[in-house]
Amino acid sequence: MAEDKTEESQPNRRRQFLTALTSAVGVAGAGAMMVPLVASMSPSARARAAGAPVEVDISELREGRMMVVEWRGKPVWIVRRSEKMLADLTEIRDQLADPDSTVEQQPAYAANDHRSIRPEILVLLGVCTHLGCAPTKKFERGAASGVSADWRGGFFCPCHGSRFDLAGRVFKNVPAPTNLEVPPHSFVTANRILIGLDSEETA
Amino acid sequence: MSKFMTWVDERFPATKVWEEHISKYYAPKNLNFWYFFGSLAMVVMVLQILTGIFLTMHYKPDSSLAFASVEYIMRDVPGGWFIRYLHSVGASMLFIVVYLHMFRGLLYGSHRSPRELIWLLGMLLYVTLMAEAFFGYLLPWGNMSYWGAQVIISLFGAVPGIGPGLSEWIRGDFVVSDATLNRFFAFHVILVPLLLSLLVYLHIVALHKVGGNNPDGIDIKKDKDASGKPLDGIAFHPYYTVKDNLGVAVMMTALLAVVFFVPELGGWFLEKDNFAPADILQTPPEIVPLWYLTPYYSILRAVTFDWLPGGAKLWGVLAMGAAIVVLFFLPWLDRSPVRSIRYRGWMYKTALTLFVITFVMLGYLGTRNPSHVDLGLLKNVTWSQIGLVVYFAFFLLMPIYTRMDRTKPEPDRVTGQ
Repeated sequence: MAEDKTEESQPNRRRQFLTALTSAVGVAGAGAMMVPLVASMSPSARARAAGAPVEVDISELREGRMMVVEWRGKPVWIVRRSEKMLADLTEIRDQLADPDSTVEQQPAYAANDHRSIRPEILVLLGVCTHLGCAPTKKFERGAASGVSADWRGGFFCPCHGSRFDLAGRVFKNVPAPTNLEVPPHSFVTANRILIGLDSEETA
Repeated sequence: MSKFMTWVDERFPATKVWEEHISKYYAPKNLNFWYFFGSLAMVVMVLQILTGIFLTMHYKPDSSLAFASVEYIMRDVPGGWFIRYLHSVGASMLFIVVYLHMFRGLLYGSHRSPRELIWLLGMLLYVTLMAEAFFGYLLPWGNMSYWGAQVIISLFGAVPGIGPGLSEWIRGDFVVSDATLNRFFAFHVILVPLLLSLLVYLHIVALHKVGGNNPDGIDIKKDKDASGKPLDGIAFHPYYTVKDNLGVAVMMTALLAVVFFVPELGGWFLEKDNFAPADILQTPPEIVPLWYLTPYYSILRAVTFDWLPGGAKLWGVLAMGAAIVVLFFLPWLDRSPVRSIRYRGWMYKTALTLFVITFVMLGYLGTRNPSHVDLGLLKNVTWSQIGLVVYFAFFLLMPIYTRMDRTKPEPDRVTGQ
């Protein structure tokens, strides 16, 4: 009797193993089927092309002025700051929440006092870090709607009153949690900026 | 006829299923007003599917055509305005009915053993329904649609590590765009309705396996007559089908009154900002979801503590997620020896009252500016923080207060006539 049992269980065990193996292959196959389906939901080639880096000519941009270009459906601001504007940046440091750009809202090459590659050229994503509204520029010094008399120029978000300085750094006690984002960018030539791509040596 | 049915029954269990689930399914005879809402939810869901099918005949899931196609439905399609308003008001009605249905569970202990799976399946239905509503809300491509989706999808960006890639994958683009609209349409009209139908089926199978609860929270299957029919049970058909029909009539009257006279309900059922097309460069002054999601939105915004590791935004998202997840654990958090509120003590009654007030308050605050003062004394955000504490205390302290509570003895048979 004991011998009969082992003879019986031998093919049974083999059958169980084969069943388990077949199931595992089936599950793996079904899993593999999911890969192209899930991958198809990633940004398409067309979306990627539209999100490709944008080259901008800044030779016409005069001192103290701002231009807006679109990159990945978002507004990108480019400002050529004056000497006085740059000097103001250090004076208002203690009114800011993150004057040293410790939160990673910029590529490493923009984590400096002026948050840019070249001190005078500021490149920012024009999207409020609070809830994604579009802030407006307020470059004139002094009181205006939403800002007080000691205002040195910067950006003001009309949605919830967040304020940013001329390097996109957020002021203390406003709803926005972090500085405005600096998109990856690089200089192709002195007057041409490529937005969306770090330069080879800095990347 | 009977010859025909014999022919069918030999090939398909038609009579068997009819008797098991309708004509010989015995429901407790003491079901009250609160037991309308399950069947009403199903009626509204059918209404949503029906109106939805006819809306897809005219709607265009294309970011350059979507907004205009909704206006086309409203103005040019014969009766289009009626179908569209039925669908948009129906969405809110479905949530009203579902919230009352869930509250009934809390009142009479419908989540308690042996009905845990009914509760879990119901909670899955609730979460899936929220997804359905969220996907559907993007489709009109109004400005609030657009920015609401923008804010909610960017919440996934708070997930450490994979966040930004995840939100890109959900959108199928770097911003909410045509690709996003197109896939939300697919989710809204195919994927999620299929899931919802499956879950409703499972919810009812689980219910009919153990039998429904009742306002006394006692088991009616322990007293049966000679034929095996529960003494306190009455056949679902015709008794409850007739009763539920009255409920349907009253609800449809209310629904149609809203559709005909106040379809937007002052911005509560259709937000004013959604009557302008989506604009990438122009955010609505205040981004708020519709009322049925605002309690959780309040919890999200209540977390403003910057000293938490990882930042307030991540913890806000986690708190919002936890507020929904904790509901799933209700059957195991509740340790009371009795099911129904009729036999519970003052502690549960107080806790439930506070919870309902808090939930409504959070819902209201979710529609207001956090830094304003709308409820007196404190800023809205502070009230939300108080609400957050009460909300979680209700669940997390439940094992303690439901065990300490002085309960009354349950009757042997259901009460009332």
